[in-house]
Amino acid sequence: MTALLVRAVGGPCLVQDAGRPGYAAIGVGASGAADRASYALGERLLGNADGAAAVEVVLGGLEVEATGVVWACVTGAPVPLDVDGRPEPTGAVLALQPGQRLRLGVPPSGLRSYLGVRGGFGVPPLLASRSRDTLSGLGPAPLAAGDLLPVGRDVAGEMLVDAVPPAAYDDRPVLRVVRGPRDDWVDAADRLVEQVWRVGAASDRVGLRLEGEPLTPAPARGELPSEGALRGAIQVPPGGAPVVFGPDHPVTGGYPVIGVVADADTDRLAQLRPGEQVQFRWAQ
Amino acid sequence: MRLLPYGDRGLLVELDDTASVVALADLVRAHPAAADLLADVVPGARTVLVVARPGVPRDRLRSVVPTGSVVAERSGRHRRTVRGDTAGEVVIPVVYDGPDLAAVASLTGLGEREVVAAHTGTPWRVAFGGFAPGFAYLVGGDPRLRVPRRSEPRTGVPAGSVGLAGEFSGVYPRASPGGWQLIGRTDLPLWDLDRDPPALLTAGATVRFEAAR
Repeated sequence: MTALLVRAVGGPCLVQDAGRPGYAAIGVGASGAADRASYALGERLLGNADGAAAVEVVLGGLEVEATGVVWACVTGAPVPLDVDGRPEPTGAVLALQPGQRLRLGVPPSGLRSYLGVRGGFGVPPLLASRSRDTLSGLGPAPLAAGDLLPVGRDVAGEMLVDAVPPAAYDDRPVLRVVRGPRDDWVDAADRLVEQVWRVGAASDRVGLRLEGEPLTPAPARGELPSEGALRGAIQVPPGGAPVVFGPDHPVTGGYPVIGVVADADTDRLAQLRPGEQVQFRWAQ
Repeated sequence: MRLLPYGDRGLLVELDDTASVVALADLVRAHPAAADLLADVVPGARTVLVVARPGVPRDRLRSVVPTGSVVAERSGRHRRTVRGDTAGEVVIPVVYDGPDLAAVASLTGLGEREVVAAHTGTPWRVAFGGFAPGFAYLVGGDPRLRVPRRSEPRTGVPAGSVGLAGEFSGVYPRASPGGWQLIGRTDLPLWDLDRDPPALLTAGATVRFEAAR
């Protein structure tokens, strides 16, 4: 069996795929790659079937060794890459020979990189997905040195494109937000789009915590019965500091959602680092 | 019934009560176009969130949402079914010795034995899940059992704890923090990854609690 042997990890490294939508009624969220576009780009370059599993790497630091010939590709946050010390670009398909080591350095911008292999990683699926859900603890455990990641057989076609330009991330992105459904549960919901927010240190795959001038709950609104949630939903707890739900958000939430980040823009959210700034504007 | 936008791929349907939520979620799931259009249907206490598959515009979701009168007719039928249906129900044996049993008795004005009799005497129905894998919000029980959540949630609630909160009853599938009033415990596994589906209590199922000793 061909595999990648994990030699070292830096930040959290989680197996992720397209997620497990459709199980909300039994309390299981969708999860899946946080930056779906970067994940999907890597899978396309590798000619993999839809839903093949990759590894989501936070701030680089991963080092893997091939046990056989492995075609690999790194997308997302543009980490400095090397194979046995030889620099390689992100967004390119690399052929790793048996015993060769691929190392991911720390990206100059962005947060999450995706390491894919041709065939995907053949770890056991759970509810039709190989995604790690950090909120409920479902799916493969976070990678640790010594783990063996088997290369699977989720191949759909030939590898037709050798390389794409590496990703780069702008400072202070402006993300589109669809207003509602509970924007009347805070006073002056427009204050969401009128200030620059900072990404809090406690942000993770469950939610991005926004720091800034807190929003004010509208008086005499009482308690909101729990309702379904989606990634990108901006929830405002009584303290007024908004939380933007990530891929591992709870299935239902108990605080008002005053706006939902446009689905396509949630991939950019996944690349925001703690301390970085972000702005929002109402979508038409 | 009110339709609210939820981002660019969700539609939040607001309803009057949980029975209507269960009815609407069933109707949406059964719609012929559901498989093509929908990624998920997420029932809540008073709402159903309908989620489009990638690439499906939100406006197309309206076509799978039935009218208010269809929902009302269906939810009335659900209430009758819960009263009469004993086939296919899930029976949960409970040891009623929970740490909040006395508090529930005093909040409801019932004796502890009457609380147990009320909890076991009425069939419940799974309305929705959401708090954790396998956690089901049960509705339809004896209205005398409506109690508020604890003012201070517990940091650790043991797996199998049976609780009450508002109009709901539920069983914690695994140890977690929680604020419900705990009246008993069961050994029945609520979440088992070797089972398909892993959740014992799935949407729409009828549930009956039974006092065990």
